[in-house]
Amino acid sequence: MDKQRSHVISALVLNKPGVLQRVAGLFTRRGFNIDNITVGTSEQEDMARMTIISRGDEKVLEQILKQLNKLIDVVKVRDLDPEFMVKRELCLIKIHANSERVRSEVIQYANIFRGRIIDVSPETLTVEITGTPDKIEALIDLLRGFGIKTIVRTGVTAISRGMIDY
Amino acid sequence: MKGGEAIIKSLQDQGVDIVFGYPGGVLLPLYDVIYDSDLKHILVRHEQCAAHAADGYARASGKVGVCIGTSGPGATNLVTGIATAYMDSSPVIAIAGQVATSLIGNDAFQEVDTLGLTMPITKHNFQAMKADEIPGIIKSAFYIASTGRQGPVAIDLPKDVQEEEFDYNDKFQIDLPGYKPTRKGHPLQVKKASNLILKSKKPVILAGGGIILSESSEELMSLSKLINAPVTTTLMGKGSFPEDHPLSLGMLGMHGRKVANLVVDECDCLIVIGCRFSDRTTGKVEEFAPNAEIIHIDVDPAEIGKNISVDVPIVGDAKIVLSNLIRTISKLKEKADTPQKGSSPSWAEYIKDFKINCIPRLSYEDVPLKPQQVIKEIRDSIDYEAVVTTDVGQNQMWMAHYFTSKIPRTFLSSGGLGTMGFGFPAAMGAKVALPESDVVAVCGDGGFLMVSQDLATVKEYDIPVVICVLDNRHLGMVAQWQKLFYDERMSHTHLGEVPDFVKLAEAFGVQGERVEKPGEMEETLKWALKSGEPTLIDVIIDPDEILPMVPPGCGLTEIVGEYKVEREYPGEIPYRSPLKEEGGD
Repeated sequence: MDKQRSHVISALVLNKPGVLQRVAGLFTRRGFNIDNITVGTSEQEDMARMTIISRGDEKVLEQILKQLNKLIDVVKVRDLDPEFMVKRELCLIKIHANSERVRSEVIQYANIFRGRIIDVSPETLTVEITGTPDKIEALIDLLRGFGIKTIVRTGVTAISRGMIDY
Repeated sequence: MKGGEAIIKSLQDQGVDIVFGYPGGVLLPLYDVIYDSDLKHILVRHEQCAAHAADGYARASGKVGVCIGTSGPGATNLVTGIATAYMDSSPVIAIAGQVATSLIGNDAFQEVDTLGLTMPITKHNFQAMKADEIPGIIKSAFYIASTGRQGPVAIDLPKDVQEEEFDYNDKFQIDLPGYKPTRKGHPLQVKKASNLILKSKKPVILAGGGIILSESSEELMSLSKLINAPVTTTLMGKGSFPEDHPLSLGMLGMHGRKVANLVVDECDCLIVIGCRFSDRTTGKVEEFAPNAEIIHIDVDPAEIGKNISVDVPIVGDAKIVLSNLIRTISKLKEKADTPQKGSSPSWAEYIKDFKINCIPRLSYEDVPLKPQQVIKEIRDSIDYEAVVTTDVGQNQMWMAHYFTSKIPRTFLSSGGLGTMGFGFPAAMGAKVALPESDVVAVCGDGGFLMVSQDLATVKEYDIPVVICVLDNRHLGMVAQWQKLFYDERMSHTHLGEVPDFVKLAEAFGVQGERVEKPGEMEETLKWALKSGEPTLIDVIIDPDEILPMVPPGCGLTEIVGEYKVEREYPGEIPYRSPLKEEGGD
């Protein structure tokens, strides 16, 4: 029972004011943790989809799902199966890069990670990278040596594979 | 039509004929409509009492109660009452005024984030930003409050929305794609539960407030008789099963009946219906019903497995699930090849004998009065249809423990939130809902003083409730804990010698009497009820009386304090049933 695991919860919610507060407030009040939350519109009109990453044992997860389901503005909740889902995150990294040498090295690393340079200034270079959190961490570690100015991450969003609902 | 008119029309369309409220600046447009309307409005003297009265109205009648408060402090004063209703799943609609939409977020005069404040203490809440949303919001609010697991819904109404003109039409449909309460229990689970019950030799039923909310007392009685199972209740379940019935064990829990606590400890199958396993009911969860397989029936899936792990969960409305359960068990029993036939009448017989030795003593000749004697006299003065409300603390637990209730919706108490000050305004609401019934509020002196200003309301509107103030000049329950667990260090639990409650009542034009000796309570209460006027009875009771209890964090059998019983019994309490040794029959 005590096995703590990270869960990716996907929730279809009504796209109206206050929904994020209802969900976030529920997590705070019940003592559930949120490692990560992303929200955006969905394929259905007037509905948004939230991806929440939370840690807990099976009992906590069950309560999270049930309590989310109880919210009137939450239409559908799923705990995504780690074996059958795809997780992605977008990260923007601004690096101090005023020498030719640094610039070319950063560009090479970005290419290896299938990243893109999306902004250049005399002093900086900004890399865009998409992938799993592990991959993003790996690139950040590599770039740290050059002097990272700013990191912006969207947080993880996830979808089930194939024909599985969600 | 104006927004304000739409509110009143929508309320009346939902069958509302009375509201409890308190006007204010941003509610002027709404109150201007109420002025001409035939909707009855009761002006309370504090918004908290409006919410409690609406709650008492709902609990007594089964209908949705409505309260109204203005923005800012009006809304914050409603909050305690809304939270009280939320914890006890009471269907209440709380309407709060709000500053005009153009001012929201500007920290305007009397602005507060009502939506944010009420989010964690309501089943749902709404804010109307346009007048044409009002009919749909009110219809949805009533639907949400009164279906599934019932509960309060708050509606935030900005001032300009109340004034806005729009074309009213009632063609709208309720559109709540995220709200589909389960009503029917899963047949497989019902079958599983039936088999478990038939296998059991010592079944016990624990009935919670869900029995009362789903109006399934009859089904509860049938099930109990069918399987020879005694019934214990939670505080909220009090009245769901007649407590003078041979199979009734009374209330379970921290302040429960000894027989209930011991029998639940012993049973091999516990059927829990409409109950959320509050810590006050279970005691230490690891030691709760240690020998039992647990069947849990609840309309709220989130209650399953929240506090106690159960063996057979059934999500559904208690009334429907119980009917199915009874039908399935009866069928299985009739079948010749069913190996198990359930518990035998000897289990019920054993319970009856056990109970006789655990009847709490009620009669005392002492002065100052013992609360048990007072409660006995209250019971003797009113019929079983009469509604009693309690406050919170010793008065509440004494009533829960010693007062015999037989009928649902006749024992109203703030169980979950434990709101001092609930008793009197809830009685006011109950009396408004059921003008033909006698309504008696049993309060402590601490709790009553929190809401005493509403004596003005019962006087002005001639709401003849009787308030019995069990007056020991102490915050009795906290004092009890200080005596038992804090080395008698009585920190701030003595309330001093003021006020004179009789004079306080008289200042409001309400008749008051003092009761000090055995026999006087019955006489005075009968007189008060006969008078047909609101009455306050100041009952001077012994401040040293302690109710036996299970200390927090202990198992239900670890009762401290002397459990005084009605008659002496020889030898040990027959705690372990003979069936256990024989392995059943």
